Order: sequence, then structure tokens, then C-alpha cells
Amino acid sequence: MTRYPRWKFFLLLAVLLACGLYALPNAFPDVPAIQISADDAGEEVPASVRQRVLDTLDQAGLSHGEGETVNTSWMVRLDSTDAQLRAKEMLTEQLGDDYVVALNLAPTTPQWLRAVGASPMNLGLDLRGGVHFLLQVDMETVIRQRMDAWSGQAKMALRDEGIRYRDVAIENRTLVATFDDQVAADAARSPLRTALPEFTLSQASEQPRLTLTLNASTLEELQDYAVEQNRTALNNRVNELGVAEAVVQRQGADRIVVQLPGVQDAAQARRILGRTATLEFRLVADQYSSQRAATGIAPPGTEIFPFKDQGDRPVILEKSKIATGDQVTNARMGFDQQSGQPQVNVELDSTGARSMQRITAKNVGNPMAVLFIETKTDMKTVEGEDGERRQVPQSTTERYVINVATIQDTLGSRFRITGLDSPAEASELALLLRAGSLAAPVTIVEERTVGPSLGRENIEAGLKSMALGMALVLVFMLVWYKVFGIFANIALLGNLVIIVGVMSLIPGATLTLPGIAGIVLTVGMAVDANVLIYERIREELRRGRRPREAIDEGYNRAFTTILDANITTLIVAVILFSAGTGSVQGFAVTLFIGILSSMFTAIVGTRALVEMTYGRGARAPAKLSI
Amino acid sequence: MPTPTKTINFMGIRKVLGTLSICLVVASIILLATRGLNLGLDFTGGTTVVVEAPADIDIAQVRQDLEEAGFSDAVVQQYGSARDISVRVAPQEGMEADQVGQNVYQTLSGGIDDLQLKQVEFVGPQVGDELRDQSGLAMLMALGLMLVYVWFRFSNKFGIATVAALLHDVIIVLGLFSLVRWPFDLTVLAAVLALIGYSLNDSIVVADRIRENFRNTRETDPHVIVNGAISETLSRTINTSFTTILVLVALFFFGGEVMRAFSEALLVGIFVGTYSSIYVVANLLFTLGVSKEDFLIPEKEEIDEMP
Repeated sequence: MTRYPRWKFFLLLAVLLACGLYALPNAFPDVPAIQISADDAGEEVPASVRQRVLDTLDQAGLSHGEGETVNTSWMVRLDSTDAQLRAKEMLTEQLGDDYVVALNLAPTTPQWLRAVGASPMNLGLDLRGGVHFLLQVDMETVIRQRMDAWSGQAKMALRDEGIRYRDVAIENRTLVATFDDQVAADAARSPLRTALPEFTLSQASEQPRLTLTLNASTLEELQDYAVEQNRTALNNRVNELGVAEAVVQRQGADRIVVQLPGVQDAAQARRILGRTATLEFRLVADQYSSQRAATGIAPPGTEIFPFKDQGDRPVILEKSKIATGDQVTNARMGFDQQSGQPQVNVELDSTGARSMQRITAKNVGNPMAVLFIETKTDMKTVEGEDGERRQVPQSTTERYVINVATIQDTLGSRFRITGLDSPAEASELALLLRAGSLAAPVTIVEERTVGPSLGRENIEAGLKSMALGMALVLVFMLVWYKVFGIFANIALLGNLVIIVGVMSLIPGATLTLPGIAGIVLTVGMAVDANVLIYERIREELRRGRRPREAIDEGYNRAFTTILDANITTLIVAVILFSAGTGSVQGFAVTLFIGILSSMFTAIVGTRALVEMTYGRGARAPAKLSI
Repeated sequence: MPTPTKTINFMGIRKVLGTLSICLVVASIILLATRGLNLGLDFTGGTTVVVEAPADIDIAQVRQDLEEAGFSDAVVQQYGSARDISVRVAPQEGMEADQVGQNVYQTLSGGIDDLQLKQVEFVGPQVGDELRDQSGLAMLMALGLMLVYVWFRFSNKFGIATVAALLHDVIIVLGLFSLVRWPFDLTVLAAVLALIGYSLNDSIVVADRIRENFRNTRETDPHVIVNGAISETLSRTINTSFTTILVLVALFFFGGEVMRAFSEALLVGIFVGTYSSIYVVANLLFTLGVSKEDFLIPEKEEIDEMP
């Protein structure tokens, strides 16, 4: 019999120690905390504000920690989630718009463990509670808007060259330019090609007509840009909501995942994420009477909009805009010093400010309006060409004037918007202006909200079933295989340590409830390798082999079978991971890690234990306890 | 101390059990084709709301409240205890489809004091369709890859026999889900895929031993070899199934509502899988006429196995 190689002992020991070390932080549960950060990213929280926070907590009688700096934000530990909620409410009111107060969990991992980069496993939303949204970006609207702009460009290019055209029509992803004769169509080729490099030009046969097809790469760029910009805007909004450790990620071609751990008010989150509100500042065309507005037919160069909550008082506005919402660099909620009415204080970027200055300087004494624009998207069922009913997103845009005020003086980069109903409305408008508008309307196509109590119940259920399942298996193995059963049981515990250690070590791995089920299931299946080996050893003993030969035979013969059997489950885990979503992926991850580590502990681990017990020295054991 | 393995004549009743297997598979296919599966929210789309009240909830009252609020198609069920209920609403059209959950909760809160919202799941119909397609594809892909793997590892006859056992297990489990209307959602799909791995694992162990015995003994009668191989691996087959069943029972009783269907699927699957690794695999080998000639050419790996 060959000696069991020493390096395997050391490898085993090293793996167990390393995984044990990284699994250790999970023994220190997180405590509730509130996290305060300055609204301007990158700015630190000044000492005066920190003192105010601590004073507020003291006054409320909430016991709290010292407070600690985490990157640029500042975190204070609290006793309970109730205290956490109360503290957030009080501090949000106290600190106002300049600071974001977020609920967070503070790790209690000792410093020396954190120094080696050890941290507890990430818990999925089903275990910690929170909201998961899947948002669908309405690409059709984006493309339609761009196609409108491009058709405008095409017309302009033709006009500039003095080419007469009949029409430039938008047909899906193509522009079709129709001309009176072939001469004009031929002449139009070159200017169109220069003006619209995003399109491929082709001519319809025998007709004075040119077809411009949008390039696939441009279409893709357009989509990428829209989704990416939406993702950024959503990220800003999530930060404004004050959610620590939120996830905003693109998924697939046109979807965005938003995960808000710990958020309880899903309704508020939904409202703020999905809104595409923006503003436009325009001059009021007050040369026209209100009777003219009531006819509903807008004079040239103007548009008619209803006044907020007063459908019978339409306002005629100039078509040209002074400034738009995306030129807003900062917006804060405030109160009018005289009337006490809520208002939003707005700052514009340089382009917006210049335009504002130029136009207001010429129009002192004239009225200016703030136009509110909101796009809402909805799922509508339509019948497709193939007769199949499908749900498609359909956007409706709502525009109304929220306020008309006389320009008292030349306005610059800073001014205020009044005419808002409530402080809440003002603060939400300020938030939306600050966070930036969405490039395209979004619809929520999936939402999963898990309340904090359910999260706790799920953790308890998971742990309870794991403990019970494990205990049953340990007892069974001990009774059935005696001393060898003890080896298998030690290997099983080592297996658990490795799974938890590896899960904690991989930054992207998240433990979910099905993930716990995956661990429980691996516990049951992990002993299979040992069962295979032990049954083989027993068989060899029955055939009259000496104990040490039987051990060797058992391990060697069972190896290929174990490999075969586990590879099939590994393949399944990979498929599950690629096809599944969220919580099911968690199952795939623990299953995958569990199978690999169980193979390691069941083969290398138990072998080491067997050798330590039966293989020392030259003495051959006369009998095996199996 | 171990006693010599008794060879049991497993193949004595192979025809009876083979007929039973065929009947079960056919019945399952008919059930799946006519009744289909009771697809969960993940695949149909819609909204589920789970709430908890401090006292027992009067379900009849809840149903009436919901009906008055316009949710006439709502399915109200107890969720774990009499104080928890789940309400499932089919996909709604038009305005605020994603806010149905909130509306349902508000409706319920109107009738019950101190109602706590535990869980809201909303899946848009489009997402549901996609998940359904994706899941079906995943299942086919898993079966396909297993086929390739088995093909690669075993001779034709073994490949066919193990894959048939696999299909047998999956179809019967799905058939049972169709029969008793257990909800089939993403977690159950995960269980079915895990079952594919487990069932094949079980069949491979038996098939491996049959192959080994064909090669290593002078015996030529397939009956004797197969019965011997199954008898030898029997205690392993039973022990592994038993430990897996132990943990699944723990999950079933303590894992909460989410894990119930998952453990049900696997529990049934382990029973069927254990049975099929003995009867379907070996049975088919006979039907396909397996003999010693199938293994005459010694493979390289056999040399590796004997140092």
C-alpha cells in the first residue's frame, strides 16, 4: 500500500483553515444603523452635523454607538430596527435636503477579521427584506422620438440644397423620401447621405423615392445610450431615496434591475423610480386673449396647455423653450419667506442660465410659465398581425402649467418655482429635477417585495431545516458506519465550513432561501461519496481482503463513480445558474460550491482521517469499525 | 461485521414493473397534455400578496371584500397558518398593473386591523412568458447535456437506458404535480433540475457496476450479472436515498411555505429515481439485449483503475 502523501494533509488543513477564517464573520450578526451622507457626492459630513445627529438621538432617548466614518458617509449604530426607523424619521426632518439619511446594517466583524478582507455572506432580498424591481425601458418611444428628429434633419438638408420633395415619411425604422421626379431624387442622394450617416440609402425601383434604413449599429447604440442613461438616472434617484447597498443593474437589452434592501415603502420607491417628470420654462403668449385659448386652436408658433387642476383655464405658450429640466444642476425644496408656501429653488447650468438671462432681459414685465411634463407608461393588450394578443408598453404624456409668474427682473442661473400644492410635492419635484430625467419611459414588469418579518422568518426556517437535516444525517452515518461514520461526519462539518467560507469569499455570491435549500440538499447528497466508498470497503472486506487493501480498493474504485455522479449535478447547477433568476441562481451557486467541496472533503478529507487512525506506522489494523 | 451480500432476484418481476412504469409515464403524459401544470406566478404573471394579521383571518370575508373592490378573480388561500393568507390576482390590464398589489393590500387592510404586508410579488405577463420559455429551454438543455454526457461515458445501450430512466423520473414527477395541482414555480423547476442530476447519478452508479461485473467476471448470463450488480449496490442506493430523504423531510417541515413545493418535488423524485435506477435502467438493458460482447474491448481507463 502506498503511503498517503503528506501534502494532501497540508492542503486539507490549509483549505479548512482559510475557509474557516472567512466563514467566521457570519458568526457576528449585523446591527441596525443609520447612515448619513452629504447630498453632494464626495463631500464629507462635517463635525457640527455629526454632533447634531448624536444630540438628536440623545434627546429621543435612543441609545447609540459612537459613530464611524464609512468612505465619505458617516454611520451610527443603534439597538433595534424600531430605533433605526424612528431615528431615520427624526433625522430626515432635522437635516433637511442637504443630507441623505439611509437605513443600513453595520457589521460587527472584529477588526482583525476585517483586516484580512473577511466579511459575512451577502443575503438575498428574500432573507433580509426589501424590494426588487425589474424595469422595462420603452424603446419604441425613444426610437420614435429619434426618428422624428432625423426626419426633420432630412427635410432641412433637402431644403438647404433647394431640392423639392413631396414628403419624408417615417415607416418603422426607415425614412421614405418621395420626390416629384427622378432628377430630384438623384440630386437628393448626396445631401441625404451627408446629413444622415446613421442610415443606409437605397432606391425603390422605378419610383422617384429614396429609402433610408437605420443602421443596426446605430439602433444598438441608441438603445445602449437610452438604457445606460436611464440606469444612471435611476441610480441617482435610488441614492436620493437613501438606500444603502442598493443595486441598479442593466439586464439584457432593454431592462434594468433595481434592488433596494431594507426598503419597506414599496409604493414610494415605485413612484419615484417610474416617474419621468421634467419641466420646461416658456414665455406666455399673452398677446392672445383667453377666448382664443378656449377655442383650443393654437395660433402659429404657440401651443395651448391646461393650467394645473383648472381645466377651464388654458394657457397659450410660445413654442420655443427658455430652459428645460435637463439643464437643472440643482434643485432644493424650500419655503417662501413671506407666504410660507412650499417652493423649489432651482439652479441652471451655464447654457440654461445664458438662455434664461437673454430671454428674461428682453421680457421684463411679461409672464413666464413653468410647464410640467410627465410621461406615464402602461401595458396595453394589442392584437398582433399574427392574431396573437400581446402586451405592449404604451406611453401617454401629460403636460400642464404649474405656475405663471411675471418676470420682475432679469433671471440668471438661480430662481424659484412656486405654485406647488404641498411640501411633499415640492420635495419630490426637487428630487426628480436633481436626479435627472429618464431618457425613456419605464414600466415595472416585475416586483418582489419581502417584508422584514418574512425575511427573518425565512432565515429561521432555513437554519432550522439545515440543523435538523444535518443532525439526522449525522446520526444515521454514525449508527450505520460507526468509526467511519464519524470520519464522514467530520468531513460533512468541514464541508459546511468550506461552503460558508467560499460563499463569503466570492463578492458576487448571494445567499437566498433556495440557496439554503441547496446547502441542505448538498448535506444529504454529500455523504453519497462516503457511502459509495464505505460500501465498497465493506464489500472488499467480505471478499476476504485485508483491511488496508480494502481501504485502498474502496477509495480507488469508488473514485470514478463519484466523479461521474457529481459531474451530472454540476452540469445541472450551471444550467440553473444561466437560466434562472435571483433566488434560483442562489440555489445553483450553493449547489455548485457544495458539490465541489463535498467531493473534496469526502474523498481527501475522510481519507486523511482514515490514514491517521488506521495507517500510522507499519501496524496493519486487524479489524475496521465500519 | 459485514455479512456476504445476498443476491436478490430483482429481474424476476421486471416485466410487471416495466408495465407499471410504462403505464405511469403514459398516464403522466396524458395528464400533462390535458390538464397541464398548475403554473405558479413566475410563469403566468399576475400578483400575489401575502399578509399577516394578529388574529385568525376570516377568508370568506376577505373574498367578499376583494370582490367588492373589483378583484373577482382573486384566489385567497391560507399561507402556513390561519393568521396568514396569500391572495393571488391574475394579470390586470391597463392602468397601474404594477400597483395591483398595493390596491389589494389596501382593500384587505380595510377589513382587518393591524394587517402586516409580508410579501408582494408582481410578475408582468411578458416576463412570465419569458420565464416559461427560458425554463422549458433550461429543462431541455439539461436533458440534452445529460444525454451527451452519458453517451460519452457509456456504450449506446447504457446511454439509452439511463436517459430513459431520467425521462421516466421527470415525467412522473411532473405528472404528479399535474394530478394533485401542486403549484409549479421557479423553485420547483430548480428541484426538477436537481432531480435530473440526482436521478442520473443514481442510474450511473448501478450502470457502472453492471459494466464492471460484465468485464470482471467469467459469468455470461446477463440475469446473474445484473441481479448481482444491483444487489451489491443496493445498500448504497438505499443509504444515499435515505440521507437525502432525511434532509428533504427537514426542509418540508421546517423550510416554510416557499420550500414546501420544492421539497415535495424532490421527495417524490428521489423515490421514483431510486426505483428507476434499479428497474428502468436494468430493465431496458435487457430489452435492448445487453451482453458480455458489449464490453469485450477493454478500455484504457480500466488500466488506470488498477495501479
